Amino acid sequence: MSLLSVRKLVKRYGGLVATDNVDLDIAAGELHAIIGPNGAGKSTLITQLAGEIRPDAGSILFRGKDITTLRAEQRALLGLARSYQITSVFPEFTALENVMLAVQAHQGHSFRAWSPVSTQSSLTEPALATLEQAGLVHRQAVRAADLAHGEQRQLELAMVLAGQPRLLLLDEPMAGMSQAESAEMTRLLLSIKGRYGIVLVEHDMDAVFRLADRITVLVYGRNIASGPPDHIRQHPEVRAAYLGDEQ
Amino acid sequence: MPLSLDTFRTLSTATRAGLVLLALLALLPLFMRDDPFLLALFARILIFAFASLSLNLILGYGGMVSFGHALYLGLGVYGAAILSFHGVDSGWLQLLTVLAACALVGLITGSIALRTSGISFIMITLAFAQMFYFLFVSLSQYGGDDGLRLKAGSSFGAARLTDGYTLYATAFLLLCAGLYGCHRVIHSRFGTVIRAARSNERRMRALGYPTFRYRLAAYVLSACLCGIAGMLYANLTQFASPSYMSWTTSGELIVMVMLGGLGSLFGPLFGALAMLLTEEALKALTQHWMVIFGPLIVIVVLASRQGICGFCDALDRRRRQHGATTLTGETKA
Repeated sequence: MSLLSVRKLVKRYGGLVATDNVDLDIAAGELHAIIGPNGAGKSTLITQLAGEIRPDAGSILFRGKDITTLRAEQRALLGLARSYQITSVFPEFTALENVMLAVQAHQGHSFRAWSPVSTQSSLTEPALATLEQAGLVHRQAVRAADLAHGEQRQLELAMVLAGQPRLLLLDEPMAGMSQAESAEMTRLLLSIKGRYGIVLVEHDMDAVFRLADRITVLVYGRNIASGPPDHIRQHPEVRAAYLGDEQ
Repeated sequence: MPLSLDTFRTLSTATRAGLVLLALLALLPLFMRDDPFLLALFARILIFAFASLSLNLILGYGGMVSFGHALYLGLGVYGAAILSFHGVDSGWLQLLTVLAACALVGLITGSIALRTSGISFIMITLAFAQMFYFLFVSLSQYGGDDGLRLKAGSSFGAARLTDGYTLYATAFLLLCAGLYGCHRVIHSRFGTVIRAARSNERRMRALGYPTFRYRLAAYVLSACLCGIAGMLYANLTQFASPSYMSWTTSGELIVMVMLGGLGSLFGPLFGALAMLLTEEALKALTQHWMVIFGPLIVIVVLASRQGICGFCDALDRRRRQHGATTLTGETKA
């Protein structure tokens, strides 16, 4: 049974079909990259998987359960975690507090309103462990707003990992990164690969072909090809539509 | 909260100023034995500080711009006045009624208003407050537009809140409790969720937080606290009038919060103090005090977007930077 299976997903905006009968299967531990030119509907697809917008038709199964009508926060608690193309950390919180917030979401209700979070080891310990994993532990006390762009992207990933998810939806984790930062993020993703199912939307083709187990190509909302990296590299329609002839 | 002189030095300027101010306010009644007017003025300041504190909880920390918070102040005022009109002057009973009324109205209006955000939220909270304003205007049994005199002060055992000193002491202790409670709440799990939802609600939901219920809980808590302030206010003015819940009162509460500093603990106290004292001083000066008062508020808010607490924090930052440069200067030398 696959971790996530998407069947005949459709999303229309007026006359524009942003997602056109997309089928997608992600196995546990698989890193599945989604590529395609700008406006191909990659982010729209991720956003529907995360539950922030509803598809017009089709179904999404996660761990065998139909989650098509569940809200974003319900899906998150089931183990589906997303990151954003535009860095979405809490700028006035420190790096540690950001990750603690992600940990807290999975520890039942948050109506406890008296004891300070900073003294709760049930929050600080897992948060520190996750920061360690993301290579940010030395920056734990820095406000997220004061982190470098690349570090903010790492923090964003740490927040995704903190909830111990089953499936990560990563929307361009390397957007706006320098080459060195990209390499660091690739290394980080390689180190966690295999432990989670990962859907990766990314424009950095070097990273995609290094990381992905399978690749799906979206053009105008349609899945035009799906398969292992070598297969995608040779696919004539893909070369014409996306990779360009010089490759 | 153990407080030695050393820990006091490590606190931020705003916190230190706030604590000193509280100490002065505690001693104040000793110096104005023969001046009931000043005592009443400062009681009013304490009551409005508490009301703005309740608003700051959702506006400053939660980013919910309620333009109808006078509604809950009014519910508190009328809760006390109507019960005493019917001969119920037990303060505990009045308090219970006020809390129940504010919680109920807060729950209903909040669960509608919180489905929206931004300008729609402001307009809906304003609309609900105006609805209740006109409701109380139409209640001719309770004085309608003319208002209703408080028959007897709320009594807690032998103490009656209409006594100047008792009221002042109650308002002061309530404010201290409110400040401490607010300090605990904003640093707790609940408070962290509220503050984070202000900055990025979408992200919070992606993390797995059903933000609506937390925001609603904060809104209802804030409504109840504001109701308590209203009950004290009824005992101060010994009068209940629909004008207490008019939109201008809501506006004044917002100005106090902004003036003191959005989302800062002592901000509401600074704001209420600065606003009401300036208002009194200008009133003594000229009949057209609003002409001076309006621009004054604009200047303060323009000069520091974080109000009075923002000034204090800027001071702290400059001192820290200064300290850092002298330190590096010494090592170089």
